[in-house]
Amino acid sequence: MIILTDEPLDPVAVTDSVRRDGNGAVVTFLGTTRDNFGGKEVTRLEYEAYDVMAIKKLQEVRDTLRADYGIEDIAIAHRTGRVDVGHISLVVAVASPHRVQAFEACHEAVNRIKTIVPIWKKEWFADGSRWVACEDHEFADEAEHAHAHAERHAVAAGD
Amino acid sequence: MQFDVRLFALYRERAGASIVTIDLPEGASAGDLTAAVRADYPRLAPPEVRIVVAVNAEYADDDQLLQPGDEVCLIPPVSGGC
Repeated sequence: MIILTDEPLDPVAVTDSVRRDGNGAVVTFLGTTRDNFGGKEVTRLEYEAYDVMAIKKLQEVRDTLRADYGIEDIAIAHRTGRVDVGHISLVVAVASPHRVQAFEACHEAVNRIKTIVPIWKKEWFADGSRWVACEDHEFADEAEHAHAHAERHAVAAGD
Repeated sequence: MQFDVRLFALYRERAGASIVTIDLPEGASAGDLTAAVRADYPRLAPPEVRIVVAVNAEYADDDQLLQPGDEVCLIPPVSGGC
């Protein structure tokens, strides 16, 4: 199951899609909107996607994880549009016969999604907004500095 | 060759447009395209930053040649899933 939608996500449905009797472990990750960033109150997030390519890259994440971890049952659902504080923007569910592969593949799925899937997050504050680049958080106390750093990161990721 | 180049997120806002039209000679590459976009929109990204291009919904190297009718998009730093 690969889903990209502007509707609320259903983590139970995504999780159920990977459950099989041959699996003894199911790991589900939920990414949710945090109410703060860098000491500032975040009021909501907004996700934009290049839909066709995002679906393709989510499938690629699933397929490469299947090959790398030797497991079959992986499901990913990602939101677009406005996601309020506390709401879910990402569901990754992985099931495997034993727990270690499920934990590791689930973690790695999120890492790969952040690296190659063309989806962008905007944080809204009371007094403005900024586009985020994932691995940029430790530097992001000042917006322009953050963007410059993020773009250098993207250069490396794009190569 | 003329391309309607799609922009997303940060690049869309910086350019003030979701599609920009770029004319390129036959045999132009993805790198030629970003150079042309930079010439028209110098504030899109700092000069030291590589602008990532997607051609037909796949990441492209700068030396990939463009064909008429290709769907071309500029991909700012991604931030899904977090």
